[in-house]
Amino acid sequence: MEIDFDTTDHIVGIDLGTTNSLVAFMDLTGPRIIPGADGGKLVPSVVSVTENGSIAVGNPARELLLTHPERTVYSVKRLMGRGLDDVQEELKLFPFRVAPGSESVIHLQLGERTFTPPEISAFVLRQLKQNAEEYFGVPVNKAVITVPAYFNDAQRQATKDAGRIAGLEVLRLVNEPTAASLAYGLDKRENGIIAVYDLGGGTFDISILKLHDGIFEVLATNGDTHLGGDDIDNLLLRIALEDVATEWGEDLSKDSEGVQRLRRAVIQAKEQLSFVPVATIDLEYRGKKYQRQINRELFDKLITPIVDRTLGPCRDCIKDAGVSVEQIDEVVMVGGSTRIPLVRSAVETLFRAKPHTELNPDEVVALGAAVQAAILSGAVEDKLLLDVTPLSLGIETMGGVVSKLIHRNSTIPASATEVFTTGVDGQTNVLIHVVQGERELVKDNRSLARFDLKGIDPMQAGMARIEVRFLIDANGILSVTARDQRTGKEHTVEVKPSYGLTDEQVEQMIQESFEKAEADFAARQVREQRVEADAILGAVEKARHHDAYFELTDDERAAIDKSVNELLLVYNADDHHLIAAKIEEVNQATLKLAENMMNTAVRGALKGTKI
Amino acid sequence: MTDYYALLGIPRTLNLSLDLLQQRYYELSRELHPDRYMRKPVAEQQRALEMSSALNDAYRTLRDPLQRAMYVLVQEGFDIGERRSKDVPPELLEEVFELNMALEEMRSGDDSARPQLEQAERSFTNMLAEVDQQIQGLFVRYDANSSRDTLLELRTALNRRKYIQNLVGEVHRTLAPSHQPLAPK
Repeated sequence: MEIDFDTTDHIVGIDLGTTNSLVAFMDLTGPRIIPGADGGKLVPSVVSVTENGSIAVGNPARELLLTHPERTVYSVKRLMGRGLDDVQEELKLFPFRVAPGSESVIHLQLGERTFTPPEISAFVLRQLKQNAEEYFGVPVNKAVITVPAYFNDAQRQATKDAGRIAGLEVLRLVNEPTAASLAYGLDKRENGIIAVYDLGGGTFDISILKLHDGIFEVLATNGDTHLGGDDIDNLLLRIALEDVATEWGEDLSKDSEGVQRLRRAVIQAKEQLSFVPVATIDLEYRGKKYQRQINRELFDKLITPIVDRTLGPCRDCIKDAGVSVEQIDEVVMVGGSTRIPLVRSAVETLFRAKPHTELNPDEVVALGAAVQAAILSGAVEDKLLLDVTPLSLGIETMGGVVSKLIHRNSTIPASATEVFTTGVDGQTNVLIHVVQGERELVKDNRSLARFDLKGIDPMQAGMARIEVRFLIDANGILSVTARDQRTGKEHTVEVKPSYGLTDEQVEQMIQESFEKAEADFAARQVREQRVEADAILGAVEKARHHDAYFELTDDERAAIDKSVNELLLVYNADDHHLIAAKIEEVNQATLKLAENMMNTAVRGALKGTKI
Repeated sequence: MTDYYALLGIPRTLNLSLDLLQQRYYELSRELHPDRYMRKPVAEQQRALEMSSALNDAYRTLRDPLQRAMYVLVQEGFDIGERRSKDVPPELLEEVFELNMALEEMRSGDDSARPQLEQAERSFTNMLAEVDQQIQGLFVRYDANSSRDTLLELRTALNRRKYIQNLVGEVHRTLAPSHQPLAPK
């Protein structure tokens, strides 16, 4: 086998997380995380629109969350591919401001601008892309991005859209627990059955895999895309807010800066409790203090309902995988929340095995994504992932009942073919409503899209025979094609996604992001020139009190005044070239002055006195 | 439509070696999976997508004995429509009638029907095991004689099985309407 990393493009692996995001790549030494300019491996998935309109991402945005919560957004992954109705519960807990017109795609208000969740995620992706480009010194345009295994079609599509908006070709979406198993599986057992328990910031996944000579075959997956560390934070935050209300006699929940500071204090205490038996929630805000000790026992009691919510999906997953608990050889822990001792003991009890925690649970998914990137580039040939679709795919039939076409836990790519006909004489189109989920009735499942089969030749009802093929690709994303069985002619299928962006909208966002990037860049250049103008104007003002200034001729002084006035006139213009030109004129007009000042300084130095 | 047996390159029998099936599936997956075609022209990528989805569909169908049997029936031109499995097999008419009465009582909150239902659950579960044995016998016979009569018998047995399976499920749900925790094996 030839391992040739040099001739391939740099395909990076990205873990686009609820709380933190990472980018990794693989070389001959194995997968490795690419650090950012500040040396940190984790890029907080936080985006802020600063007051001058520029975008801050990661740690700087995390700081702005405290001071400018109304211009900052976090945990946006929870909104990906969702409609307004889906997120009412999140909106109660998160300081998200939803802009009007958010029924099928949410628009968040950040300062003066509005963004959809894929656009916000794209800012995070762009930062990771940039980190990788600085690391390699070459452009990076291709990526593997991980998603929760339990993400539905719309959530996957939204993630792919985010990649496109960020200028990345998303070669593959990989399920997070599966990616983690790739990172773990590298030097582990060759054959056996493993379970991956992935409790992150906002999502929970459980996957059971069969390992067989480098093939990673997912047997079953289950989860909850709205369950994670965020829920623990919000639980503790609610309690702390009540405490504060009692102690301070004031409702801090209306004060978004106060809430964010308290939220951070709560998270600190939570994280400490994974390592020490007692921690303190510590807040100092506007001259007031709040302190509350919390011990592990109380913490465990509080979070038990949240941890318990992960156990049902685990049991269902074991059942669907068709294995017994005893057959599971290893359990792998993924996601920051698996550092919590109660989570570890709950998993140990359920699986009757000590879970693996050797790899950093924050990094293992990104490392796995890098392995998958190397598989796609051809650099790794002995490994292959066979993943499944987490949810059944069905179509609406008479009476709002679902007819399942592709069952959950089917290995992807997977397909199904169904023949449709017309119900009325002369009917020329058929509308197919596709849903995802396990329930019997359409209304209890997730509406994916409506497909309109057009251009059917008018004929008697029931005579048309349109063969429709539903195909779920290796990313877990559905496509639909249709063919007239009589004529063999391909039919056009018009897709109306129930949630999410249309192709045209994504294209427009890509366009806008380029334009915005140019505007952002221009704005930065203007700011830089103004800083320079400030420096020279300040120096000239200071020099006016200098002896050397009085040694100038009247004309020379007038020339300086003129150049300074002209610079002041263009100072507020948005044209950095113009400001730069005027700065240069001031420089020219003050050459003699600068020279005189230098001479004075030299003379002063010779005399041994300070000027 | 791709022939599942041909695609997996295994002999066309109702009883088959699951080990061989898995081995062939893994080999072909390594060859056909879209991951292997990422740097190839779009047309080849599209073909890999089609082939690997067919391969997955084939493996899913053939590794399950009942789905495998259904597949062979359809391939051999038998109609296995939904409607057929809803007809009560005549020999079960009486038992099913009584069972439905008991189910009605139980659902209306009359717990006195419980022992009868539990008895019915046991008896139908036993019946299921018998049908499975019968089906297994038919598999062996068909693999030896390839006779359409055997397939006809197989279709009847499969419908009977499906019917009994539904009954067991219904009794089970009525007796324990809440989510049933996974019993340790």
